[in-house]
Amino acid sequence: MALAIEAHQLTKRYRNQKAGRPALDRLDLSIPPGQLYGLVGPDGAGKTTAIRILTSALLPTSGGARIAGLDIVRQAEKARPHIGYMPQAFSLYPDLSVIENLNFFADIYKVPMARRTGRIAELLEFSRLTDFQSRRSEHLSGGMRKKLALACALIHEPQVLLLDEPTTGVDPVSRRELWRLLSEVVQRGVTVLVSTPYMDEAERCNTVGILYEGQLLTSGSPAALEAQLPFQVVEVKARPRGQTRDIVSSAQGVLGWRPVGDRLRLAVTDPQQVQTRLASELEQAGANVSILRQAKPTMEDVFVHIAEERRGKE
Amino acid sequence: MSHGNAVQVDQLTKKFGGFTAVHQVSFAIPTGEIFGLLGPNGAGKTTTIRMLCGILLPTSGRATVLSLDVTRQPEAIKQSIGYMSQKFALYNDLTVIENLDFYARMYQVPAKSRSARLDELLEMAGLVGHEKDKTANLSGAWRQRLALACAIVHRPPMLFLDEPTAGVDPISRREFWNMIYALAGQGVSVLATTHYMDEAEQCNIIGMMHDGRLIALDDPDTLKAGLAGDLLEIECDAPGRAEALAAEFPGVMEAALHGVLLHVNVPDAQVGLSLETALTRAGIVIRRIEQVLPSLEDVFVAMVETQDRARVRAGIAKE
Repeated sequence: MALAIEAHQLTKRYRNQKAGRPALDRLDLSIPPGQLYGLVGPDGAGKTTAIRILTSALLPTSGGARIAGLDIVRQAEKARPHIGYMPQAFSLYPDLSVIENLNFFADIYKVPMARRTGRIAELLEFSRLTDFQSRRSEHLSGGMRKKLALACALIHEPQVLLLDEPTTGVDPVSRRELWRLLSEVVQRGVTVLVSTPYMDEAERCNTVGILYEGQLLTSGSPAALEAQLPFQVVEVKARPRGQTRDIVSSAQGVLGWRPVGDRLRLAVTDPQQVQTRLASELEQAGANVSILRQAKPTMEDVFVHIAEERRGKE
Repeated sequence: MSHGNAVQVDQLTKKFGGFTAVHQVSFAIPTGEIFGLLGPNGAGKTTTIRMLCGILLPTSGRATVLSLDVTRQPEAIKQSIGYMSQKFALYNDLTVIENLDFYARMYQVPAKSRSARLDELLEMAGLVGHEKDKTANLSGAWRQRLALACAIVHRPPMLFLDEPTAGVDPISRREFWNMIYALAGQGVSVLATTHYMDEAEQCNIIGMMHDGRLIALDDPDTLKAGLAGDLLEIECDAPGRAEALAAEFPGVMEAALHGVLLHVNVPDAQVGLSLETALTRAGIVIRRIEQVLPSLEDVFVAMVETQDRARVRAGIAKE
């Protein structure tokens, strides 16, 4: 089957970036249809640049990309109907109502009149905005605005949906709702590429690409990336804290550790051995242990490991 | 201040006209603890922090910070605390050392000990060798470390942080929190507001705010353990169909899609096993099913739903 999103050595060097690393450095992507792909990285990693090039809003300096098989530079006009795009900033007309915004986007994307009413009703229901359709978008809550922006991006039934940090600055309840809507979009067969700075959101994707300083450092399913880590994780929670830290830092078999709230997360090669050793050392010291167990590695462990490895190479 | 509570808040309330921004909030921060005030924008976090910093007078209730009363001694509080916000006022056209020196003078750090203190802070913030860099040219993570150094130049025993690591990469975020843990280890108490769950995970105690009220208050592990039932994470070939089946399945408390993953809340392991069998019988290929720890987001969403249901029962209309 043809790929939904394809990029080959995609590079962007802005005019003020003559020297040093480019904003986007030889990005390769091959995303099959129906996938939920997470482009994960901190601010300034190149996520927005990559997405803007894929929407044809920005020309690459070199390399190329195809969306639904169409070249995003030479066939930009042809590719556009297949792409839905939700930028990071609020992109709706504040003085237009919910339904007026949807109609406006339907005009821009030339949704046929016959199809329009049905499509808008469908999207209002999908985004749970039916009861708010006459409200001006400036009077919507932050979460509702995001849902409306998502509905507008889907008005022309695109095959590919590109979302630039849809959940940045969104409250937890709305964030959860947005992700549920994204799940529904994927269920309907749309290919979704979503960028995020949040590692916990990466866990929810089929495939994750880690973008760091313009380069894609690795990609794969969250499970595969976590399994590739050269260590396992043990969690400890014990009091007094200072003493626990001293024991953990000098314990044999502990490669590294970091505090997470009241717990310490340890990178180890042999979880069983370390747990046995720590249990006895903490007991001898009279510490009060409430957690000592092996824990699942997370995408944050993956990101930090890979980024640190890269920093080490520089 | 080595014993007792650094912050004590009792029934604190703030009204702006007819609007109640903070409603009868009570909590305490023991000395040396890191307290996270978690909630969406508009929940009342900033109003709370402003009252505690002595910037805004409460409408009713009482609060003390370092044993100083927020109503009667706001000036003394301002001098005794450190405050760092996302939009911390660093002077862009000043160098790193000039910014530090400016704050040292503003907080009246004695001239005799000033240069030793600045050296210490440069060391802590990893800015040695960058003293003469223009602040405008620093990366986000470096600016945040400089902002923290400026906020603690006068060695405040109480530190307020307003969404301190928003937008920073995970490695820099770790480095930042390591500095906060080191301060807490020296007995500094910390209140951090955030709407990022991963930032909240860093705190020893969490207060969750929603619509001006404190809806949960405990350490992260206790909050997670307090959620009813077990949380199952399911990875399968048809998550949408699996969600629909799970939602209707007897005993299932909640089923929700998280991207390609399905989260199902069940009262016990038995219901989980029967659900697994039912999904398989329906032709769904389950790649992975396991019990996972709830996240603080799971806790928050559950608390908000409980609160909203209670309000509906009480007949309070809410949009």
